[in-house]
Amino acid sequence: MMSNTGNRVTQGQFSFLPDLTDAQITAQIKYALKNGWAVSIEYTDDPHPRNTYWEMYGNPMFDLRDPAGILLEINECRKTFPRHYVRVMAFNSTRGIESPAMSFIVNRPDEEPGFGLTRQEGPGRQIHYTVTSYAAQKPEGERYS
Amino acid sequence: MSESIDLKAIWNESGVQAVLDKLDAELIGLAPVKKRIREIASLLVVDKVRRDLSLAAGAPSLHMSFTGNPGTGKTTVAMRMADLLHRLGYSRTGHLVAVTRDDLVGQYIGHTAPKTKEVLKKAMGGVLFIDEAYYLYKPENERDYGQEAIEILLQVMENNRDDLVVILAGYKDRMETFFRSNPGMSSRIAHHIDFPDYRDDELVAIGELILKDWNYALAPRAKKVFLSYIEHRRTQPHFANARSIRNALDRARLRQARRLLEQGGAVDKSALETIEPEDILESRVLAGVPSTQPNKERA
Repeated sequence: MMSNTGNRVTQGQFSFLPDLTDAQITAQIKYALKNGWAVSIEYTDDPHPRNTYWEMYGNPMFDLRDPAGILLEINECRKTFPRHYVRVMAFNSTRGIESPAMSFIVNRPDEEPGFGLTRQEGPGRQIHYTVTSYAAQKPEGERYS
Repeated sequence: MSESIDLKAIWNESGVQAVLDKLDAELIGLAPVKKRIREIASLLVVDKVRRDLSLAAGAPSLHMSFTGNPGTGKTTVAMRMADLLHRLGYSRTGHLVAVTRDDLVGQYIGHTAPKTKEVLKKAMGGVLFIDEAYYLYKPENERDYGQEAIEILLQVMENNRDDLVVILAGYKDRMETFFRSNPGMSSRIAHHIDFPDYRDDELVAIGELILKDWNYALAPRAKKVFLSYIEHRRTQPHFANARSIRNALDRARLRQARRLLEQGGAVDKSALETIEPEDILESRVLAGVPSTQPNKERA
């Protein structure tokens, strides 16, 4: 895509921007904590946009007062999965909302091969489109290595 | 640098004096502790000025150990310390997370690390207060998970010095054994503060302060009785300084209420808020009756 050089995966907040620095991540988490949202860290190596359930890294973190603890955990996750996508999620547990309020990527593979588009001809000139990640053609855990 | 700096102004501006004044007003005695806290506060203020002038000021190590007998005000001082550090900008949130061994050490293999880390994460930006810290280390059981918690703690104390201040508390002799067997812990703690026992007259003053909080007061004659109560109580087992005083006054209140009901008739406001000598005299401590339950605190 012309608007997305380097095939960078664009999911969640800030994904069209350059990677956030640790100070920027800290500021975002501070905002989440100020609102009383529980922050958790998730990772995956399947970048497909419909892959909404990422693996959780550690436990969700409740009752925190300061972003330093979360940044610690983010760095640990980056160390464990240096070539995975890692995202930070803030969950709003207010009755009636109960859904993620924030979600942004904090770590991505060095090389992102991007997605291939498959067109399938259906009955009567219908066309079905399928998006496949080139990276996801390898088995889990061996992608982006 | 030729310009001079008004340290006093910076001191006043930081609001530290207010915390120290509050400490002086609300905590009786503890002169060595207060002196030490004042010294730490001064160092932090000077350090801050030095940093503003880009003079080398290594991040001060603020981890502390509070040793002393039960009821000498370790937790209370720790709470004030958190407030103080927050005002000086050495702690971002100024909250205190108080934990004991149970909150840090897990029950089975692999349980300790996440548990300890969770507590540490909660305390980030504030102060972590570990009460009776010597329980973390149990030399008689080499497979005890406490050692694991200590190692994680040490690592965070070293690497996240800017994020977290750890205060260990406990009885003096047992803390010394703990530090002797964990030299790494001892060397990472810059401030060892010892809380002395209260003198009898200090305990009376504390008692009066507690009563004032409850809107009670000692009758003039009761003060003397109370002093002799403290003298006797001190010689008995399980004496816990200010905590024993609080408990004694709680029971004096019970006796006062019973006395007022038994004497019948009308009572005025001053009768309701005065503890009379007989309320204290009835205590078993003064009657010299040996307790039938040695493990319970005597009434």
